[in-house]
Amino acid sequence: MRRPLGLLLALALSATPALAVRPGEQLPDAAQENRARKLSAELRCLVCQNQSIDDSDAPLAVDLRRIVRERIRAGDSDTAIRDFLVARYGAFVLLKPPVSGQTILLWSLPGLALVVGGLAAWRLFRRRPEEGTASPEDSLSPEERAELQALLERPGRGGPAS
Amino acid sequence: MIVELGHFALILGFAVALFQATVPLWGAIRGDAVLARLGSQAALVHFALVALSFAALTHAYLVSDFSVLNVFQNSHSLKPLIYKWSGVWGNHEGSMLLWVLILALFGAGVAVFSKRLPDDMLGATLGVQGLIASAFCAFLIFASNPFLRMPNPPIEGRDLNPVLQDPGLAIHPPLLYLGYVGFSIVFSFAAAALILGRVDAAFARMIRPWTLAAWITLTLGIAMGSYWAYYELGWGGYWFWDPVENASLMPWLTGTALLHSAIVLEKREALKTWTILLAVVTFSLSLLGTFLVRSGVLTSVHAFAVDPERGLFILLILIAFIGGSFALFAARASALQGGGLFAPISREGALVFNNLFLSVASLAVFVGTLYPLLLEALTGAKISVGPPFFNLTAVPLMVPLFLAIPFGQKLAWKRGDLLGAGQRLWICMVLGVAGAAISAYATGGGPILALAGIGLGIFLVLGALDDLLDRALRGGIGLIGARLRAIPQSITAMALAHAGAGLMVIGISATAFETEKIAAMKPGETLALDGYTLRLEGIGPVTGPNYNAIAAEFSLRDPAGAELARLRPAKRVYIGRQMPTSEVGRYRHGLSEIYVAIGETSDGQHVDLRAYHKPYVLLIWLGPLLMSIGGILSLLDRRLRIGVPARRARLRPEPAE
Repeated sequence: MRRPLGLLLALALSATPALAVRPGEQLPDAAQENRARKLSAELRCLVCQNQSIDDSDAPLAVDLRRIVRERIRAGDSDTAIRDFLVARYGAFVLLKPPVSGQTILLWSLPGLALVVGGLAAWRLFRRRPEEGTASPEDSLSPEERAELQALLERPGRGGPAS
Repeated sequence: MIVELGHFALILGFAVALFQATVPLWGAIRGDAVLARLGSQAALVHFALVALSFAALTHAYLVSDFSVLNVFQNSHSLKPLIYKWSGVWGNHEGSMLLWVLILALFGAGVAVFSKRLPDDMLGATLGVQGLIASAFCAFLIFASNPFLRMPNPPIEGRDLNPVLQDPGLAIHPPLLYLGYVGFSIVFSFAAAALILGRVDAAFARMIRPWTLAAWITLTLGIAMGSYWAYYELGWGGYWFWDPVENASLMPWLTGTALLHSAIVLEKREALKTWTILLAVVTFSLSLLGTFLVRSGVLTSVHAFAVDPERGLFILLILIAFIGGSFALFAARASALQGGGLFAPISREGALVFNNLFLSVASLAVFVGTLYPLLLEALTGAKISVGPPFFNLTAVPLMVPLFLAIPFGQKLAWKRGDLLGAGQRLWICMVLGVAGAAISAYATGGGPILALAGIGLGIFLVLGALDDLLDRALRGGIGLIGARLRAIPQSITAMALAHAGAGLMVIGISATAFETEKIAAMKPGETLALDGYTLRLEGIGPVTGPNYNAIAAEFSLRDPAGAELARLRPAKRVYIGRQMPTSEVGRYRHGLSEIYVAIGETSDGQHVDLRAYHKPYVLLIWLGPLLMSIGGILSLLDRRLRIGVPARRARLRPEPAE
């Protein structure tokens, strides 16, 4: 069961280690079986905690795996199988939510943040020449500045001849 | 009696925390050094009291005192000693007490190691730390008290969740908490700097050891959890993008960014506001993680509503601290002046690039983790955001970051020479491509992305270590030893940490080349696995201290037919909770593993099994281990060691305004 940071008892209570896909379930055709595995990994076991049907031993997951393999054998495309399951169980079954009005923010926020962050960094570099003219003196406190001034004004002692 | 003592110590600790949260902070703001210095004593006393309280609960577990509700619910008299011990933090109340203990530990750490901090900085930092401690002590005492007694003590406990009965899980939570909660002190430093209006290179130096310490333990904690998942859960996965994992990954990503931006602040006095913001955000994400894990909101938004007391309590703490710190940030940040100039192509520029990608990756994880919760709470619509989302957002963001690391290491401060860096790195790139090509040849093709990942990892490892090699060889062959010793420890630390990231990339990419076999076997039958042969020798029952198991014995033979090992995967059922767990059989060769897990015995004769050959899989955890070793080296660097005061850290009179 997928509970790696098993700190949380509430979740771990339902944890049972699983073998998921059992030998008898597999399709004879390797390519089809491969497709079934890939597709299963993107479908949620609806009664589990954040597990795909490929990883779960729950009876529902077993049923869903069987459905996926039946549809594949019947010649359905991946999209058709997904649509079939969404019609039955709702969008909740998809671990990769399709882009829609509800999920547009979800999918666009990381990209937007990268663009906005990139622009901010670019401005940081661009703005420097005008604004970043702070000389080291600016960071001195008035006392330190006075001390520096006194040192500079002190005559002789190898200082600049004036 | 001891339990009551612990209970009492916790309440006293709460009182001391309230003192710590007010008096030293007041002293710091008013410029009263005596009051500010009281923060140190308060932090030490608070730590001693919380430690006493924790020891009392531990004692109750060790003697199996089932009159304590918490012990009854999470322990069993037959449980091995180590799990009685770890059972203390294997449950909600106990783990929150550990949380508070670590919070107090870091406060006490500052009191002990940072004596030479300016008075006001010390007072304000420990004051803010006291505020956090007060909030969580209140949470413990009023909403999650681990010391409650039962009127009619039962004779036997309900046992610890068997999945948690594992040595890895015994040390994983304390490590993780040291990291997560360790960032609290960095947060306190940042809040203090904002309150006092002083953010400079000295501030960066003050937070450096604490940020490093928290980062090292968080890195180890996450890696440990991932390794535990790999060998305990039974199918060899190592990262699932589970909300609980994400809760620890988010502060890790921003904490890593903080570690790097603090370097720019220290060396160049630039990125002041950003560094403060990262310090605030990192601990806020730790708090958020605590809320997600502890409130039950993850199980379902409705579970939160069923038992809202604890969830609401943490939510209020979360809102108060995050809201408060951001308000403080908004009020004071504009007063912070930018520092030194630098060109985009420079060490600073590279570190800004690092921060950009780490922060956006953290945001992607944040959005993916919280979006379904918020959507359901707001509209009632239920969607799932699973691994495919994170693999399409957070993972690609890591690619430019990893590619840039070796270049960043070679760029000079202020203005760097990208072409020059490229010239010195071309041989690493060629070797990376060659490594990918050799992998392609050895595995007969394979997924192009995985091959690219292996190339990237090799480039990263070599590019990171090239610095050391370059420095070692500068004086000619005869001087290698002397030159190596002359390399500053922090440079070695950086090279090792970055090489660790490269090793992890190789390990993760190599999972694409694993072989998986699913089969049902009878005793005497064999299974071929990448040239190795597994033979099922027998199946039989095994009895443990607090579990019964069905174990299978396999012999593993290499291609030449010589026996390499006996593997004994098992399926256990724990007596206390009647819950099954699996023990996998593993054989390590080099950095690769043969991994066998068994499932049901379908018809009494056959046993279902999954067997894997996982090439270079151990690199996934050796990488982070190397990263932490880099962190430790950096922490031990004499020039930066805790307690060595930066000259500018002395208290300076504030300019009159």
